[in-house]
Amino acid sequence: MKYIDEFRDGRLAAGLARAIAREAAPGRDYAFMEFCGGHTHAIARYAVTDLLPPTVRMIHGPGCPVCVLPIGRIDMAIRLALARPDVIVCTYGDCLRVPASGGLSLLKARARGADVRMVYSPADALALAVREPAREVVFFAIGFETTTPPTALVLHAAAAQRLDNFSVLCNHVLTPAAIAAILESPEVRELGTVALDGFVGPAHVSTVIGSRPYERFAAAHRKPVVIAGFEPLDVIQAIRMLIRQVNDGRAEVENEFTRAVTRDGNRKAQALVADTFESRPSFEWRGLGAVADSALRLRPAFARWDAERKFALDDRPVPDHKACACGAILRGVRTPTDCKLFATACTPETPMGACMVSSEGACAAHYTYGRFRAAAQRTD
Amino acid sequence: MCLALPARIVELLDGELCRVELGGVRKEISLALVDGAALGDYVIVHVGYALTRLDPAEAERTLALFAEAGLDPAAARDHPDAQRGSST
Repeated sequence: MKYIDEFRDGRLAAGLARAIAREAAPGRDYAFMEFCGGHTHAIARYAVTDLLPPTVRMIHGPGCPVCVLPIGRIDMAIRLALARPDVIVCTYGDCLRVPASGGLSLLKARARGADVRMVYSPADALALAVREPAREVVFFAIGFETTTPPTALVLHAAAAQRLDNFSVLCNHVLTPAAIAAILESPEVRELGTVALDGFVGPAHVSTVIGSRPYERFAAAHRKPVVIAGFEPLDVIQAIRMLIRQVNDGRAEVENEFTRAVTRDGNRKAQALVADTFESRPSFEWRGLGAVADSALRLRPAFARWDAERKFALDDRPVPDHKACACGAILRGVRTPTDCKLFATACTPETPMGACMVSSEGACAAHYTYGRFRAAAQRTD
Repeated sequence: MCLALPARIVELLDGELCRVELGGVRKEISLALVDGAALGDYVIVHVGYALTRLDPAEAERTLALFAEAGLDPAAARDHPDAQRGSST
Protein backbone atom coordinates (compact mmCIF):
# COMPACT_ATOMS: atom_id res chain seq x y z
CA MET A 1 0.00 0.00 0.00
CA LYS A 2 1.31 3.41 -0.97
CA TYR A 3 3.03 5.45 1.77
CA ILE A 4 3.17 2.35 3.95
CA ASP A 5 5.22 -0.37 2.21
CA GLU A 6 8.01 2.03 1.16
CA PHE A 7 8.47 2.98 4.81
CA ARG A 8 8.87 -0.69 5.81
CA ASP A 9 11.53 -1.60 3.23
CA GLY A 10 14.11 -3.96 4.73
CA ARG A 11 16.92 -2.97 2.37
CA LEU A 12 16.54 0.70 3.26
CA ALA A 13 16.40 -0.28 6.94
CA ALA A 14 19.73 -2.08 6.60
CA GLY A 15 21.21 1.04 5.00
CA LEU A 16 19.94 3.23 7.82
CA ALA A 17 21.35 0.75 10.34
CA ARG A 18 24.76 0.98 8.65
CA ALA A 19 24.56 4.77 8.85
CA ILE A 20 23.77 4.59 12.58
CA ALA A 21 26.65 2.17 13.17
CA ARG A 22 28.91 4.65 11.33
CA GLU A 23 27.67 7.70 13.18
CA ALA A 24 27.29 6.42 16.77
CA ALA A 25 30.42 7.61 18.57
CA PRO A 26 32.56 4.75 19.90
CA GLY A 27 32.65 4.50 23.70
CA ARG A 28 29.52 6.58 24.14
CA ASP A 29 26.11 5.40 25.32
CA TYR A 30 22.88 6.84 24.02
CA ALA A 31 19.45 6.54 25.69
CA PHE A 32 16.38 7.84 23.90
CA MET A 33 12.77 7.72 24.95
CA GLU A 34 10.13 7.00 22.36
CA PHE A 35 7.21 8.85 23.89
CA CYS A 36 4.42 7.28 21.84
CA GLY A 37 2.96 3.83 22.13
CA GLY A 38 2.80 3.85 18.33
CA HIS A 39 6.60 4.01 18.23
CA THR A 40 6.90 1.38 20.98
CA HIS A 41 4.72 -0.89 18.85
CA ALA A 42 6.81 -0.29 15.70
CA ILE A 43 10.10 -0.86 17.55
CA ALA A 44 8.84 -4.19 18.94
CA ARG A 45 7.02 -5.37 15.83
CA TYR A 46 9.88 -4.69 13.41
CA ALA A 47 12.65 -5.53 15.91
CA VAL A 48 14.20 -2.11 15.38
CA THR A 49 16.44 -2.64 18.42
CA ASP A 50 18.18 -5.48 16.52
CA LEU A 51 19.37 -2.90 14.00
CA LEU A 52 20.87 -0.62 16.64
CA PRO A 53 24.34 -0.85 18.14
CA PRO A 54 24.33 -2.10 21.77
CA THR A 55 25.28 1.42 22.86
CA VAL A 56 21.93 2.83 21.70
CA ARG A 57 19.13 2.06 24.17
CA MET A 58 15.44 2.81 23.64
CA ILE A 59 13.25 3.53 26.66
CA HIS A 60 9.45 3.28 26.41
CA GLY A 61 7.53 6.39 27.38
CA PRO A 62 4.01 7.02 28.67
CA GLY A 63 2.45 7.92 25.32
CA CYS A 64 -0.31 5.32 25.27
CA PRO A 65 -3.59 6.94 26.25
CA VAL A 66 -5.12 3.69 27.47
CA CYS A 67 -2.08 2.97 29.65
CA VAL A 68 -2.03 6.34 31.42
CA LEU A 69 -5.76 6.43 32.13
CA PRO A 70 -6.09 6.11 35.91
CA ILE A 71 -8.35 3.45 37.43
CA GLY A 72 -10.50 6.10 39.12
CA ARG A 73 -11.71 7.48 35.80
CA ILE A 74 -12.84 4.06 34.53
CA ASP A 75 -14.48 3.40 37.90
CA MET A 76 -16.52 6.58 37.33
CA ALA A 77 -17.90 5.26 34.03
CA ILE A 78 -18.55 1.80 35.50
CA ARG A 79 -20.43 3.24 38.53
CA LEU A 80 -22.58 5.35 36.25
CA ALA A 81 -23.34 2.49 33.84
CA LEU A 82 -24.26 0.08 36.66
CA ALA A 83 -26.34 2.60 38.62
CA ARG A 84 -28.37 4.00 35.73
CA PRO A 85 -30.09 1.48 33.42
CA ASP A 86 -31.06 4.35 31.11
CA VAL A 87 -27.39 5.17 30.44
CA ILE A 88 -25.44 3.77 27.49
CA VAL A 89 -21.68 4.22 27.90
CA CYS A 90 -19.85 4.31 24.56
CA THR A 91 -16.09 4.18 24.21
CA TYR A 92 -13.18 3.01 22.04
CA GLY A 93 -12.43 -0.72 22.06
CA ASP A 94 -9.15 -0.41 23.94
CA CYS A 95 -10.88 1.13 26.97
CA LEU A 96 -13.23 -1.78 27.49
CA ARG A 97 -10.61 -4.16 28.89
CA VAL A 98 -8.65 -1.82 31.16
CA PRO A 99 -8.71 -3.31 34.67
CA ALA A 100 -10.62 -1.17 37.18
CA SER A 101 -11.49 -1.53 40.87
CA GLY A 102 -13.10 -4.65 42.30
CA GLY A 103 -11.85 -6.88 39.49
CA LEU A 104 -14.12 -5.03 37.07
CA SER A 105 -13.60 -3.48 33.65
CA LEU A 106 -16.15 -1.81 31.38
CA LEU A 107 -16.48 -5.15 29.60
CA LYS A 108 -17.15 -7.03 32.86
CA ALA A 109 -19.63 -4.32 33.88
CA ARG A 110 -21.42 -5.09 30.64
CA ALA A 111 -21.58 -8.76 31.63
CA ARG A 112 -23.28 -7.58 34.83
CA GLY A 113 -25.98 -5.85 32.84
CA ALA A 114 -24.55 -2.39 32.23
CA ASP A 115 -25.13 -1.06 28.71
CA VAL A 116 -21.58 -0.52 27.49
CA ARG A 117 -20.85 -0.32 23.77
CA MET A 118 -17.75 -0.08 21.66
CA VAL A 119 -17.67 2.67 19.03
CA TYR A 120 -15.16 3.31 16.26
CA SER A 121 -15.78 7.06 16.21
CA PRO A 122 -17.39 9.65 18.50
CA ALA A 123 -19.79 10.28 15.61
CA ASP A 124 -21.17 6.77 16.22
CA ALA A 125 -21.98 7.71 19.84
CA LEU A 126 -23.71 10.88 18.67
CA ALA A 127 -25.75 8.95 16.10
CA LEU A 128 -26.78 6.48 18.82
CA ALA A 129 -28.10 9.39 20.95
CA VAL A 130 -30.19 10.55 17.99
CA ARG A 131 -31.54 7.03 17.47
CA GLU A 132 -32.30 6.45 21.17
CA PRO A 133 -33.99 9.64 22.44
CA ALA A 134 -35.26 7.87 25.58
CA ARG A 135 -31.73 6.85 26.66
CA GLU A 136 -28.76 8.84 27.96
CA VAL A 137 -25.70 8.27 25.76
CA VAL A 138 -22.38 9.01 27.49
CA PHE A 139 -19.23 9.04 25.36
CA PHE A 140 -16.21 8.08 27.48
CA ALA A 141 -13.59 10.13 25.62
CA ILE A 142 -9.91 9.31 25.96
CA GLY A 143 -6.76 10.11 24.06
CA PHE A 144 -4.08 12.65 23.38
CA GLU A 145 -4.37 15.56 20.95
CA THR A 146 -5.24 13.20 18.07
CA THR A 147 -8.67 12.16 19.37
CA THR A 148 -9.57 15.50 21.00
CA PRO A 149 -10.64 17.41 17.83
CA PRO A 150 -13.17 14.68 16.86
CA THR A 151 -14.65 14.86 20.39
CA ALA A 152 -14.89 18.65 20.00
CA LEU A 153 -16.73 18.22 16.69
CA VAL A 154 -19.42 15.95 18.16
CA LEU A 155 -19.91 18.33 21.09
CA HIS A 156 -20.51 21.18 18.63
CA ALA A 157 -22.92 18.96 16.70
CA ALA A 158 -24.78 18.04 19.92
CA ALA A 159 -25.06 21.74 20.81
CA ALA A 160 -26.26 22.66 17.31
CA GLN A 161 -28.87 19.89 17.36
CA ARG A 162 -29.84 20.63 21.00
CA LEU A 163 -29.32 16.96 21.68
CA ASP A 164 -29.88 16.75 25.43
CA ASN A 165 -29.46 12.99 25.85
CA PHE A 166 -25.78 13.04 24.80
CA SER A 167 -22.82 13.86 27.02
CA VAL A 168 -19.06 13.39 27.16
CA LEU A 169 -17.01 12.03 30.05
CA CYS A 170 -13.78 13.78 29.10
CA ASN A 171 -10.37 12.26 29.84
CA HIS A 172 -8.39 13.98 27.09
CA VAL A 173 -4.76 14.58 28.00
CA LEU A 174 -1.90 16.69 26.67
CA THR A 175 1.40 15.38 25.36
CA PRO A 176 3.73 18.31 26.16
CA ALA A 177 2.65 18.20 29.83
CA ALA A 178 3.54 14.50 30.03
CA ILE A 179 6.99 14.98 28.48
CA ALA A 180 7.62 17.86 30.90
CA ALA A 181 6.48 15.65 33.82
CA ILE A 182 9.04 12.98 32.86
CA LEU A 183 11.83 15.51 32.51
CA GLU A 184 10.90 17.16 35.80
CA SER A 185 10.26 13.97 37.77
CA PRO A 186 12.57 13.41 40.75
CA GLU A 187 13.75 10.12 39.23
CA VAL A 188 15.11 11.92 36.20
CA ARG A 189 16.26 15.00 38.05
CA GLU A 190 17.91 13.61 41.16
CA LEU A 191 18.23 9.86 41.09
CA GLY A 192 19.48 9.73 37.53
CA THR A 193 17.78 6.35 37.01
CA VAL A 194 16.49 7.50 33.67
CA ALA A 195 19.29 9.17 31.82
CA LEU A 196 17.66 10.46 28.67
CA ASP A 197 19.61 11.91 25.78
CA GLY A 198 16.55 12.82 23.74
CA PHE A 199 13.04 12.01 22.63
CA VAL A 200 11.45 10.48 19.57
CA GLY A 201 8.50 12.86 19.35
CA PRO A 202 4.89 11.89 18.62
CA ALA A 203 3.70 11.31 15.05
CA HIS A 204 -0.03 11.81 14.87
CA VAL A 205 -0.28 14.09 17.89
CA SER A 206 2.16 16.37 16.10
CA THR A 207 0.02 16.48 12.94
CA VAL A 208 -2.47 18.37 15.14
CA ILE A 209 -0.27 20.44 17.48
CA GLY A 210 2.69 20.92 15.13
CA SER A 211 6.35 20.82 16.13
CA ARG A 212 6.37 24.21 17.88
CA PRO A 213 5.15 23.04 21.36
CA TYR A 214 8.26 20.87 21.82
CA GLU A 215 10.65 23.77 21.31
CA ARG A 216 10.18 24.87 24.93
CA PHE A 217 11.63 21.73 26.53
CA ALA A 218 14.25 21.15 23.93
CA ALA A 219 15.60 24.54 24.98
CA ALA A 220 14.79 24.41 28.73
CA HIS A 221 16.02 20.83 29.33
CA ARG A 222 18.72 20.73 26.64
CA LYS A 223 17.12 17.60 25.15
CA PRO A 224 16.85 16.97 21.42
CA VAL A 225 13.42 15.99 20.07
CA VAL A 226 12.90 14.38 16.66
CA ILE A 227 9.28 14.02 15.56
CA ALA A 228 8.90 10.73 13.70
CA GLY A 229 6.28 8.84 11.72
CA PHE A 230 5.02 5.48 13.01
CA GLU A 231 6.61 3.30 10.34
CA PRO A 232 9.83 1.44 11.22
CA LEU A 233 12.06 3.42 8.82
CA ASP A 234 10.74 6.66 10.30
CA VAL A 235 11.74 5.50 13.78
CA ILE A 236 15.22 4.36 12.68
CA GLN A 237 15.86 7.63 10.85
CA ALA A 238 14.68 9.60 13.91
CA ILE A 239 17.13 7.67 16.11
CA ARG A 240 19.89 8.51 13.63
CA MET A 241 18.92 12.20 13.75
CA LEU A 242 18.97 12.11 17.57
CA ILE A 243 22.45 10.52 17.55
CA ARG A 244 23.66 13.30 15.24
CA GLN A 245 22.20 15.97 17.53
CA VAL A 246 23.88 14.42 20.59
CA ASN A 247 27.20 14.17 18.72
CA ASP A 248 26.96 17.83 17.67
CA GLY A 249 25.94 18.98 21.15
CA ARG A 250 22.63 20.30 19.77
CA ALA A 251 19.23 20.19 21.49
CA GLU A 252 16.76 21.13 18.79
CA VAL A 253 13.35 20.06 17.59
CA GLU A 254 13.73 18.31 14.25
CA ASN A 255 10.98 16.85 12.11
CA GLU A 256 11.48 13.52 10.35
CA PHE A 257 7.73 13.24 9.60
CA THR A 258 7.62 16.19 7.19
CA ARG A 259 5.06 14.41 5.00
CA ALA A 260 2.41 14.98 7.67
CA VAL A 261 3.74 17.43 10.27
CA THR A 262 4.41 21.17 9.99
CA ARG A 263 5.65 23.61 12.62
CA ASP A 264 2.16 25.04 13.12
CA GLY A 265 0.12 21.83 12.89
CA ASN A 266 -3.58 21.74 12.08
CA ARG A 267 -4.78 25.23 13.04
CA LYS A 268 -8.41 24.43 12.32
CA ALA A 269 -8.33 21.53 14.78
CA GLN A 270 -6.45 23.60 17.36
CA ALA A 271 -9.02 26.44 17.20
CA LEU A 272 -11.86 23.97 17.59
CA VAL A 273 -10.24 22.36 20.64
CA ALA A 274 -9.52 25.75 22.24
CA ASP A 275 -13.13 26.74 21.67
CA THR A 276 -14.51 23.60 23.32
CA PHE A 277 -12.15 22.64 26.14
CA GLU A 278 -10.22 24.32 28.92
CA SER A 279 -7.26 23.12 30.93
CA ARG A 280 -7.84 21.17 34.16
CA PRO A 281 -5.71 22.52 37.02
CA SER A 282 -4.53 18.95 37.67
CA PHE A 283 -5.21 15.45 36.39
CA GLU A 284 -4.15 12.04 37.64
CA TRP A 285 -1.98 9.95 35.29
CA ARG A 286 -1.18 6.32 35.82
CA GLY A 287 2.54 6.16 36.45
CA LEU A 288 3.09 9.91 36.65
CA GLY A 289 0.63 10.86 39.44
CA ALA A 290 -1.09 14.24 39.44
CA VAL A 291 0.25 16.45 36.65
CA ALA A 292 -0.69 20.15 36.54
CA ASP A 293 -2.35 21.50 33.38
CA SER A 294 -2.05 18.13 31.67
CA ALA A 295 -5.67 17.43 30.75
CA LEU A 296 -8.77 19.06 29.36
CA ARG A 297 -12.35 19.50 30.52
CA LEU A 298 -15.37 20.95 28.74
CA ARG A 299 -15.79 24.72 28.81
CA PRO A 300 -18.79 26.07 30.77
CA ALA A 301 -20.56 26.77 27.46
CA PHE A 302 -20.77 22.97 27.01
CA ALA A 303 -21.79 22.20 30.62
CA ARG A 304 -25.05 20.62 29.43
CA TRP A 305 -23.03 17.97 27.60
CA ASP A 306 -20.48 17.40 30.36
CA ALA A 307 -21.21 13.99 31.90
CA GLU A 308 -19.23 14.80 35.04
CA ARG A 309 -21.56 17.73 35.83
CA LYS A 310 -24.71 16.19 34.43
CA PHE A 311 -24.49 13.04 36.57
CA ALA A 312 -22.55 14.63 39.47
CA LEU A 313 -19.73 12.10 39.06
CA ASP A 314 -16.94 12.26 41.61
CA ASP A 315 -13.39 11.30 40.85
CA ARG A 316 -11.97 8.95 43.52
CA PRO A 317 -8.30 8.19 42.88
CA VAL A 318 -7.41 4.52 43.28
CA PRO A 319 -3.87 3.18 43.66
CA ASP A 320 -2.62 0.63 41.12
CA HIS A 321 -2.33 -3.07 42.01
CA LYS A 322 0.68 -3.34 44.32
CA ALA A 323 2.44 -6.00 42.28
CA CYS A 324 1.90 -4.14 38.97
CA ALA A 325 4.89 -2.22 37.65
CA CYS A 326 2.96 -0.20 35.04
CA GLY A 327 3.70 3.08 36.81
CA ALA A 328 7.46 2.57 36.78
CA ILE A 329 7.34 1.19 33.23
CA LEU A 330 5.44 4.26 32.02
CA ARG A 331 8.16 6.51 33.48
CA GLY A 332 10.84 4.47 31.74
CA VAL A 333 12.34 3.43 35.10
CA ARG A 334 11.61 -0.28 34.65
CA THR A 335 11.05 -2.60 31.70
CA PRO A 336 8.16 -5.06 31.24
CA THR A 337 10.29 -8.07 32.16
CA ASP A 338 11.11 -6.44 35.52
CA CYS A 339 7.47 -6.91 36.52
CA LYS A 340 6.62 -10.04 38.52
CA LEU A 341 3.24 -10.28 36.83
CA PHE A 342 4.56 -10.04 33.25
CA ALA A 343 3.52 -13.02 31.08
CA THR A 344 2.33 -14.95 34.14
CA ALA A 345 -0.67 -13.38 35.86
CA CYS A 346 -0.73 -10.52 33.34
CA THR A 347 -1.13 -11.24 29.62
CA PRO A 348 -2.96 -9.46 26.78
CA GLU A 349 -5.87 -11.93 27.23
CA THR A 350 -6.12 -11.27 31.00
CA PRO A 351 -4.41 -7.93 31.60
CA MET A 352 -3.81 -6.85 35.20
CA GLY A 353 -2.09 -3.61 34.29
CA ALA A 354 -2.94 -1.07 31.61
CA CYS A 355 0.36 -1.49 29.72
CA MET A 356 -0.82 -4.97 28.74
CA VAL A 357 -4.20 -3.83 27.39
CA SER A 358 -3.50 -1.81 24.27
CA SER A 359 -1.26 -3.09 21.47
CA GLU A 360 0.64 0.17 21.98
CA GLY A 361 1.38 -0.60 25.63
CA ALA A 362 5.01 -1.42 26.41
CA CYS A 363 4.09 -4.77 28.02
CA ALA A 364 1.72 -5.88 25.26
CA ALA A 365 4.31 -4.97 22.60
CA HIS A 366 7.02 -6.90 24.41
CA TYR A 367 4.69 -9.86 25.08
CA THR A 368 3.62 -10.06 21.43
CA TYR A 369 6.96 -9.48 19.71
CA GLY A 370 9.88 -8.91 22.05
CA ARG A 371 9.89 -11.91 24.33
CA PHE A 372 10.55 -14.38 21.48
CA ARG A 373 13.58 -12.35 20.46
CA ALA A 374 14.78 -12.28 24.05
CA ALA A 375 14.34 -16.06 24.30
CA ALA A 376 16.23 -16.59 21.03
CA GLN A 377 19.09 -14.44 22.27
CA ARG A 378 19.27 -16.47 25.50
CA THR A 379 19.64 -19.72 23.59
CA ASP A 380 22.31 -18.35 21.22
CA MET B 1 -5.47 4.09 19.61
CA CYS B 2 -2.92 6.18 17.71
CA LEU B 3 -1.94 3.71 15.03
CA ALA B 4 -3.40 4.93 11.79
CA LEU B 5 -2.47 4.54 8.14
CA PRO B 6 -2.62 6.97 5.25
CA ALA B 7 -5.77 6.32 3.20
CA ARG B 8 -6.67 7.63 -0.28
CA ILE B 9 -9.79 9.71 -0.87
CA VAL B 10 -11.78 7.94 -3.60
CA GLU B 11 -15.07 9.82 -3.37
CA LEU B 12 -16.17 13.18 -1.98
CA LEU B 13 -19.58 13.10 -0.30
CA ASP B 14 -21.97 15.70 1.09
CA GLY B 15 -21.68 17.13 4.59
CA GLU B 16 -17.85 17.27 4.80
CA LEU B 17 -17.70 13.50 4.37
CA CYS B 18 -15.68 11.38 1.96
CA ARG B 19 -14.95 7.75 1.20
CA VAL B 20 -11.37 6.54 1.64
CA GLU B 21 -9.74 3.36 0.46
CA LEU B 22 -6.99 1.43 2.14
CA GLY B 23 -5.82 -1.84 0.67
CA GLY B 24 -9.15 -2.46 -1.01
CA VAL B 25 -11.22 -1.58 2.08
CA ARG B 26 -13.49 1.43 1.70
CA LYS B 27 -14.79 3.52 4.57
CA GLU B 28 -16.75 6.71 5.01
CA ILE B 29 -14.91 9.31 7.09
CA SER B 30 -15.21 13.01 7.95
CA LEU B 31 -13.13 15.79 6.37
CA ALA B 32 -14.40 18.40 8.87
CA LEU B 33 -10.90 18.94 10.32
CA VAL B 34 -9.07 19.27 7.00
CA ASP B 35 -9.64 22.10 4.55
CA GLY B 36 -9.14 21.70 0.83
CA ALA B 37 -8.77 17.92 0.61
CA ALA B 38 -9.31 16.71 -2.95
CA LEU B 39 -10.05 13.45 -4.70
CA GLY B 40 -6.91 11.28 -4.80
CA ASP B 41 -5.31 12.94 -1.76
CA TYR B 42 -3.94 10.75 1.01
CA VAL B 43 -5.10 11.58 4.52
CA ILE B 44 -4.22 10.25 7.97
CA VAL B 45 -7.44 9.02 9.55
CA HIS B 46 -8.18 8.74 13.26
CA VAL B 47 -11.44 7.56 14.81
CA GLY B 48 -13.31 8.36 11.60
CA TYR B 49 -11.80 11.83 10.98
CA ALA B 50 -9.02 12.93 8.64
CA LEU B 51 -6.42 14.76 10.73
CA THR B 52 -4.10 15.93 8.00
CA ARG B 53 -3.23 15.56 4.35
CA LEU B 54 -0.08 13.72 3.40
CA ASP B 55 2.42 15.71 1.34
CA PRO B 56 3.62 13.40 -1.48
CA ALA B 57 6.66 15.58 -2.29
CA GLU B 58 7.83 15.43 1.33
CA ALA B 59 7.29 11.65 1.40
CA GLU B 60 9.57 11.34 -1.67
CA ARG B 61 12.20 13.56 -0.04
CA THR B 62 12.17 11.43 3.13
CA LEU B 63 12.54 8.20 1.13
CA ALA B 64 15.46 9.73 -0.77
CA LEU B 65 17.16 10.53 2.55
CA PHE B 66 16.69 6.91 3.64
CA ALA B 67 18.28 5.69 0.41
CA GLU B 68 21.24 8.01 0.85
CA ALA B 69 21.84 6.80 4.38
CA GLY B 70 22.82 3.37 3.03
CA LEU B 71 25.69 4.88 1.09
CA ASP B 72 28.89 4.93 3.06
CA PRO B 73 30.72 8.03 1.84
CA ALA B 74 34.04 6.26 2.32
CA ALA B 75 33.13 2.86 0.87
CA ALA B 76 30.48 3.92 -1.65
CA ARG B 77 32.49 2.56 -4.56
CA ASP B 78 32.43 -1.02 -3.23
CA HIS B 79 28.84 -1.01 -2.05
CA PRO B 80 26.02 -2.57 -4.11
CA ASP B 81 23.84 0.47 -3.37
CA ALA B 82 26.34 2.66 -5.20
CA GLN B 83 25.55 1.02 -8.54
CA ARG B 84 21.91 1.90 -8.11
CA GLY B 85 22.61 5.48 -7.11
CA SER B 86 20.42 7.47 -4.80
CA SER B 87 17.19 9.03 -5.94
CA THR B 88 17.82 12.72 -5.51
